[in-house]
Amino acid sequence: MSKQAFSGLSLIWRGLNRHRGWQNQWRKAVPKPRYDAIIVGGGGHGLGAAYYLAREHGLTNIAVLEKGWIGGGNTGRNTTIIRSNYLFNESAALYDHSLKMWEDLSQVLNYNVMFSARGVMMLAHTVHDVQVSKRHIHANRCNGVDNEWLDPEQAKEFCPLLNIQDNIRYPVLGAALQRRGGTARHDAVAWGYARAADALGVDIIENCEVTGIRCDARGVAALETTRGVIESRKVGVSAAGHSSVVLGMAGVKLPLESFPLQALVSEPVKPVFPCVVMSNTIHAYISQSDKGELVIGAGTDAYTSYTQRGALHINMHTLDAVCELFPTFRRLRMLRNWGGIVDVTPDRSPIIAKTPVPGLYVNCGWGTGGFKATPGSAHLFAWTIARDEPHSINAPFTIERFRDGNLIDEAAAAAVAH
Amino acid sequence: MLLIPCPFCGDRPEIEFTHGGQAHLVRPAQPADLDDQAWAEFLYMRTNTKGIHAERWRHARGCGQFFNALRDTTTDHFLAVYKTGTPRPAT
Repeated sequence: MSKQAFSGLSLIWRGLNRHRGWQNQWRKAVPKPRYDAIIVGGGGHGLGAAYYLAREHGLTNIAVLEKGWIGGGNTGRNTTIIRSNYLFNESAALYDHSLKMWEDLSQVLNYNVMFSARGVMMLAHTVHDVQVSKRHIHANRCNGVDNEWLDPEQAKEFCPLLNIQDNIRYPVLGAALQRRGGTARHDAVAWGYARAADALGVDIIENCEVTGIRCDARGVAALETTRGVIESRKVGVSAAGHSSVVLGMAGVKLPLESFPLQALVSEPVKPVFPCVVMSNTIHAYISQSDKGELVIGAGTDAYTSYTQRGALHINMHTLDAVCELFPTFRRLRMLRNWGGIVDVTPDRSPIIAKTPVPGLYVNCGWGTGGFKATPGSAHLFAWTIARDEPHSINAPFTIERFRDGNLIDEAAAAAVAH
Repeated sequence: MLLIPCPFCGDRPEIEFTHGGQAHLVRPAQPADLDDQAWAEFLYMRTNTKGIHAERWRHARGCGQFFNALRDTTTDHFLAVYKTGTPRPAT
């Protein structure tokens, strides 16, 4: 079945015809007994991996298994911030690979993912923050990643609502700005990849939870699911907060802990906020969606959990910071808050790698910042699955780095708050 | 916010506590005798249990004591609390 191409003209034409005749964006697939490859997890990373497996590696007899619905996990729960200004060479290469893919993703997928390079500004509130920010800026410059230092007046010029008075508890001493960073529409990313993968023949199977992994002498052999046993010799697990659970079925241990991470949105207002502002020191992430809601992210809750909810005091702490930095927002009402489950590694860098079980691959450990990496991560994961070896960009992001001491320690680099 | 039953002070709000991670991790007596894999498992590998999880808490802004708890990570309900150094209760 060929897909309808989306365009402005097609939208006008369908609109004039009362929007009749739109196709479903992907088929409701029924699982086949056997696939050449299976991706576990129907979020952006998993759907994207299936899409790149089909488009770049010619594997079209593949399936994506999702225990809930497409994009219902962390892909639909994050604050959609995209940036690549990480400290270490390995991280900068990984995240910038992804950022470059964001720039033409709408055209590639024929689906408007609403990527908006509106700039990500990371505030510095202490002398230590200033030194860390400048270290990042110089490291980024050496890696060809844009990042620039703004003094408080320049920061206010870029984001006029910012309070730069020196009488607040954590005054703004400056900011690091990545102009190529920004936001995208998270649901559209999942739907766009699902539609594009489906058009290439990928079966997207929702409400299908993996309950067991069968292995034999050659490696992974089949998956037991709530919709029957499905055979495959290649399985890629992209299950975010549940990675430990799924990989545990094959006896693979991972250096992960899963924490709730919360976000919230305000009532919608007219466009008032032109960029993304992050403050790692006082834990606030804020931007404005195209619907007009202020999208606000908090830090993780204190304890491990799989409940997809967290405590209100975490959000209150973040709102304290937001109200001090942007006093204009004090009278805004908050509409909704929710949580997702993020899988955090000890060094806060992801794992995109082979596992000790032949044919079993894992893409996990994205912690609090996986959305930004969606296209790049999916692309590299597909490469790793198809060729049974990592791409040079994801080669350092192994499980074995914890054994061998080759940590990529973005946690200690304090690029982001956790 | 969780209501956490400190075995010394009774039910107290979560903001008085710090989470101490997986319980019953015992530092190997002779780390130098371990190979890299075994040492990495002690340092980094965690069960990350979905279900009943034995974990450490510290009543940091209260009595200051460490204790262990069994908590269901699918509901966040506390099933038992017990003193450090004592074995995990049956559930």
